[in-house]
Amino acid sequence: MNVHLILFLAFGAVCVAGAVNLLAQRHPINGALSLIAVMAALAGEYLLLGAEFVAAVQVIVYAGAIMVLFVFTIMLLNAGVEERTKGSRVAILFGIPGLLLGGILLGWVVLRHSGTEAVAAGALPGDPNTIGQLLFHEFLLPFEITSVLILIAIMGAVVLASKPPSAPARRVED
Amino acid sequence: MVPLSYYLVLSGFLFACGVAGFLIKRNIITIFMSIELMLNGVNLSFVAFAAHWHVLAGQVFVFFVMVVAAAEAAVGLAIIIAVYRTRETLNVDQVNLLKL
Repeated sequence: MNVHLILFLAFGAVCVAGAVNLLAQRHPINGALSLIAVMAALAGEYLLLGAEFVAAVQVIVYAGAIMVLFVFTIMLLNAGVEERTKGSRVAILFGIPGLLLGGILLGWVVLRHSGTEAVAAGALPGDPNTIGQLLFHEFLLPFEITSVLILIAIMGAVVLASKPPSAPARRVED
Repeated sequence: MVPLSYYLVLSGFLFACGVAGFLIKRNIITIFMSIELMLNGVNLSFVAFAAHWHVLAGQVFVFFVMVVAAAEAAVGLAIIIAVYRTRETLNVDQVNLLKL
């Protein structure tokens, strides 16, 4: 057990716990907080893989911006505890054994047959300089297209979320 | 030294949790957060493969995934607000018509 593996297992445990907690919690704000924990732990995993810029952007954009948007929406809509609906019994009867079987099979194949090459800490130059060189030279066209995508998303969000000017919101009658 | 397969198993687990949340959750905001969890799992495998094959393009693609996630969150939450304004519910079982 070296330090690298111990850190991987610690961050991975936080990831797994947060993901399971997202499934278990019934109030959306608890789910949002556990998702923030998952994202912070994933930033640690990225640091272990030598992707320091990706780790910083993960914390700033994902845990910072996107999750704040989610928390704002939860507070704005005053979202309460969700109601559970009963699933079909056939899904439980066949789904859980199938899930276990598939998971065991997949885990066995991945652990047994993938090339288990070691990934050293800091093995990759993932600093902002190199990433920027790559982003603005090789990936310049996708980068520009994503800027158009962001612009369209902003306009769509403004149009969708703004109130219709004259007619008040109609209720569903039936 | 951590083998690549450990990262892939963790990534697959996060993706599976996202799929499960998407299927079993009834609150539309929680369903959206499950989609974000799936995207995060994919990002982890992108970075792990980038470190494994020593190709930095994997890390650049993580940024594009993040951009798509941000755009999706903005538009999706705006749609949720519009749905809530007309239906006054966040339960997806009660939102079964596109028509108002």
